[in-house]
Amino acid sequence: MSRKIRSRFDTVLAIILIPGMALALYMALIQAPRESTMGDLQRIFYFHVAAAIAGMTAFAINFICSIAYIARRNRRWDSLALSAAELGVVYLMIVLITGPIWAKPAWFVWWTWSPRLTLSLVLCLLYISYLLIRNYIEDPEKRALVSAAFGIIAFADTPLVWFSIRWWRDHHPGPMLETGGLAPSMRPAFYVCVAVFQVLMVFLLRRRYCLETMRGDMELLERQSDASR
Amino acid sequence: MNTMPYLFSAYLAIWIILAIYLYSLWSREKTLREEVERLKERLESRQASADHR
Repeated sequence: MSRKIRSRFDTVLAIILIPGMALALYMALIQAPRESTMGDLQRIFYFHVAAAIAGMTAFAINFICSIAYIARRNRRWDSLALSAAELGVVYLMIVLITGPIWAKPAWFVWWTWSPRLTLSLVLCLLYISYLLIRNYIEDPEKRALVSAAFGIIAFADTPLVWFSIRWWRDHHPGPMLETGGLAPSMRPAFYVCVAVFQVLMVFLLRRRYCLETMRGDMELLERQSDASR
Repeated sequence: MNTMPYLFSAYLAIWIILAIYLYSLWSREKTLREEVERLKERLESRQASADHR
């Protein structure tokens, strides 16, 4: 894809995102009906779950790119894996901050060591470690290989987070769509928020990937500069 | 129980996190662009002086 087309695609994504975010906010805060037991507090759910799904998607991208890097040894897969991991951490931070804000008035505690919450925290720490490990390995090829291996292992926690509320007794609300816990009138708001967060994820992933590609070019230029001395 | 402050705090936190991340992306991109330009100039000047010799 040429640079011009890529840049146009980013512009289109940004144009979609501005009214998209406004629509998501409108749907979540105004259009969706007030929940009978939790009241307005339930409105946190729309962005909280949408961020969680986007985060899981980012970690799945990291997993696929890590496998692709090990198979192909192409630097682009490593750059994409890194970008996805960083974004996954950002989304998981949103989840881990909005969750306790919801939990305090709903459960009367900020945090509880339930399987879903504990595994989510572990997932966040695993990918923070993934990002930190990269800083300690100088050789780009070794760094990419170690990160890819770490990314594949870290991803094992993602299905555990996803299925924890199905497998174990948990304080955390169950899967609302599967159990019919989400009223049909609330579903449009939920779907819009999920879609907008996915578009935002693609937009940020592309920006981060561009940055990483540029950093790779920079490394190459530095090596050329050192060689020409 | 008034839950509005919690709702407001949650949405504010989301926007703050996204804004910080966008700013970090922008500032890292800016720094890298400047460094790439500086390196390119250094390489070009070195090339020019080598040609001159």
